[in-house]
Amino acid sequence: MVLISGNLLYAAFLLYLIATFLFSGAIRDKRKLYKNPSKWASAGISATFIGFAAHLGYFLTRWVAAGHAPVSNMFEFVTAFSMMFVVGFIILYFIYKVAVLGLFTLPITMLIIAYGSMFPKDITPLIPALQSDWLAIHVITTALGSAILSISFIAGVIYLLQSVNQEKQSKKTLWLEFIIFMIVTAAAFVLVTSAFRVLDYKAVYSWVDRENREAEVIYNLPALIGPNQGELLTEDAMTAFVEVPAVIDSVRLNTVIWSLVVGLLFYVIIRLVLKKRISAALQPLTQNLSLSLVDEIGYRSVTIGFPIFTLGALIFAMIWAQIAWSRFWGWDPKEVWALITWLFYAAYLHLRFSKGWQGEKSAWLGVIGFGIIIFNLIFVNMIIAGLHSYA
Amino acid sequence: MEPIICECGHFNPNGTVLCESCGKQIDKSDNQKSFDMRYEGSSRRSKTYKKTLIDKIWNFFSSVKVGIWIIGLILVASIIGTILPQQMYIPSSVSPSVYYSEQYGFFGQLYYQLGFHNLYGSWWYFLLLAALGVSLVVASLDRFIPLYRALKNQGVTKNERFLQSQRLFSKTNRLENNAEQRETLIKKIKEKHYRIREENGNLLAEKYRFSRWGPYVNHVGLIIVLIGGMLRFVPGMYLDETLWIRDGETSVIPGTNGEYYLNSEGFFLETYDNNQEDQKISESLSGAGNEATIRNYQTNTTLYKIEGQAMPGVNPELKKVKERQIRVNHPLRFDSYSIYQSSYKLNELNKMTFNLVDKQTKEQLGQIEIDLLEPQKTYDMGNGYRVEISEYFPDFYFNSDGQPATQTQSPDNPAFLFRLISPEHPEGETSFTAIQNTLEMSSDNTLRMDFENAETKNLSALRVRKDNTLWILLFGGAVFMIGIIQGMYWNHRRIWIRTTNDEIIIAAHTNKNWYGITKEINKILKDAHIEELADPNTKRK
Ligand code: HEM
Repeated sequence: MVLISGNLLYAAFLLYLIATFLFSGAIRDKRKLYKNPSKWASAGISATFIGFAAHLGYFLTRWVAAGHAPVSNMFEFVTAFSMMFVVGFIILYFIYKVAVLGLFTLPITMLIIAYGSMFPKDITPLIPALQSDWLAIHVITTALGSAILSISFIAGVIYLLQSVNQEKQSKKTLWLEFIIFMIVTAAAFVLVTSAFRVLDYKAVYSWVDRENREAEVIYNLPALIGPNQGELLTEDAMTAFVEVPAVIDSVRLNTVIWSLVVGLLFYVIIRLVLKKRISAALQPLTQNLSLSLVDEIGYRSVTIGFPIFTLGALIFAMIWAQIAWSRFWGWDPKEVWALITWLFYAAYLHLRFSKGWQGEKSAWLGVIGFGIIIFNLIFVNMIIAGLHSYA
Repeated sequence: MEPIICECGHFNPNGTVLCESCGKQIDKSDNQKSFDMRYEGSSRRSKTYKKTLIDKIWNFFSSVKVGIWIIGLILVASIIGTILPQQMYIPSSVSPSVYYSEQYGFFGQLYYQLGFHNLYGSWWYFLLLAALGVSLVVASLDRFIPLYRALKNQGVTKNERFLQSQRLFSKTNRLENNAEQRETLIKKIKEKHYRIREENGNLLAEKYRFSRWGPYVNHVGLIIVLIGGMLRFVPGMYLDETLWIRDGETSVIPGTNGEYYLNSEGFFLETYDNNQEDQKISESLSGAGNEATIRNYQTNTTLYKIEGQAMPGVNPELKKVKERQIRVNHPLRFDSYSIYQSSYKLNELNKMTFNLVDKQTKEQLGQIEIDLLEPQKTYDMGNGYRVEISEYFPDFYFNSDGQPATQTQSPDNPAFLFRLISPEHPEGETSFTAIQNTLEMSSDNTLRMDFENAETKNLSALRVRKDNTLWILLFGGAVFMIGIIQGMYWNHRRIWIRTTNDEIIIAAHTNKNWYGITKEINKILKDAHIEELADPNTKRK
């Protein structure tokens, strides 16, 4: 069962890849508002559907195999989020029939799936607090809400790719390149981690932790950054260049540095090949769209996603916290970051009432909002440990 | 001030921009090409009265910009609170003044001194939330009342300039078969669930007006939640106590005024392990390290209620209410109370047995069992042998003066100062006995206390909660959800049609989702062979 489940996830990944190519065939589409989408786009959305069916198949078979909703560790949560991302795309595609949305959403979906696969894929038993139907109810609703909100990021990027003037360098081109650089870095993380996994790289360090105890730590990437008073125990492994104090998690920092360095390398290579900014190279893909339509898509995704997010990440979360931890709200970092996300999108909705905040500024806000969602999804678990840190 | 009478005869409140009924521009100061339709050009207090202090405060809180600032400040403050763990998440054994600087150095020290270690409980965070509440009330009242009036009083016949300045507008010269064309148009509009009103050749089609109230409903929900949150400061609304209960013990439940008692039959802890029947899980476990993950912990309890009045000093008569296994996610509920499984301590020392031994002959002279929670003062062993406990340290350590002392009241490391009385030494010999080792005060003692064995018990921590604000919060949450869905998933759409002798004018307005309304109306117009609306998406680019 676990095997079938894993294969379905691969299938979904490949189908999304195919769908991306099909959607790219549709970018020349100069369709007006009420005409039917082109053949390419129809083929693209069909492939997306089949991919989604496989993705859902992965989810359900894993649910059966584990005996609980597969949303209890990082791998499961990230893949569930990516599935909801596709749901968000399908909903907005059916409202607006804009093929370019697929062209941008699906690669990001694949990247998220690949990212999730870097975490241990074992089915983990549930600790008592998680043994509740609310696990499925709360996490699935929250993931769906965040994923639909995240479509405003895709719309935002499309908007900015078109609207930002690439003729001359400016703050805007810089930030837009930064977004793209972050995406390249995420891809670099996946590639570096997979490469050393194939090589079966392992370096063991002994070190001294915060409570001054001796401990051992395993590096799966060559150590650039060593742990506090670290001593390499594995033979012929690389020794670290620098050592960090015990408060800092050296393994994670090491991974971040690897990803950034390799990401930068990739970025430079791509730029040398393209001979211009990546965002400038992507600009033509977005040329046929009306900016106000893209703006509307971003806004619509927020108006659809915000109620769902509120329900899942605040209301259901509080109900469950009351049952499991005896208090509905405890200012745990993960809870606070859900509140922050919610406040951010509330501010977004109100800002749109002001003149001048629709369009480009909204697009930037969509990007920032996604940054907050990803921060809460991934980094809060890693950096700020709390009750929710199941990573 | 006087109401303003419009050409069309409608009485408008002072401050009105567009006539509530016909939409004619009354306040000409804002002479733009297109009208601001956000609140129908109605008279809002904040836009009309700006003189007195009260006006100024009202206008301040009514501003959306101010509202966004408040939201933004709460957002930033909340972020700051997650940089380092809050006071409630640091070990309670260390003082925060020490903890932050020790763990996080200078930054931690600063964080602590700025009060960020208890940010969410600080007075200024509370003030920000209060400001949010005030702003919500004022901003909503400022807009809801005039908007409600304007939509209720709106007329079917609209001023021509009002129609022309709408974002969606089309003008078609009449064709021959105009009556028929009009019929189809109305029929098609009706099919889209619009309600239609007509008045001498003018037509108003409207739907989903209720969605306009969405924001106000959701703001009311938020206000209810905020009020509910503040109610927890009212005494009696809220209770949070911890009950440590040992296996077999019956204890009064704190916070229930001595009305309820709880008996623990025992505390259990189960882990996932490899020889469990649970195959699929053990498979993955063997792959992923061998740390035993906790599967379940629970306390089997019986709840009792006292009969009659609770009287101090008198053992109450108890009546059984129910039995329940309290587990995480499965609290025991009764009355307005809930009892949650929160924590535990396994194998706490409970009783200790010592032998009184003659040092020379190793002869055993007697045995005593000490209840570590309630030790007796003296234990008589007969034949003139007696042990007195002069001092008891449940959690023994040497304090900074090098004196024996106790850290806590729980028997984690018990130590005793015994006085050993025998026929040979009627005044007694002093012996200091700690669990790890026997320290002898004077080595010329003839008797000694030897540790024989110890009995342990499990200790379960239960959380006793009552929260009468929960229903208010849940209700507020429900109101919020209704309001937000009402406002987000529907839009208020209106179509005005005006037919004169030689032309048809069509204008339309929606409060959001222009794409949707354009598509919907154009489909209707196409079927009725009337010129389509200009696409606002290209028009506004
Ligand atoms: C976290 C707190 C808040 C939340 C979650 C919230 C939520 C909302 C939502 C969902 C809408 C509808 C938006 C739309 O239709 O696009 C809305 C509208 C509005 N909110 Fe808030 N709001 C909050 C705080 C505030 C505050 C503090 C003010 C004070 C100025 C305010 C003033 C308004 C106004 C004036 C509207 C527009 C009403 C209309 O269109 O008729 N909100 N709010």
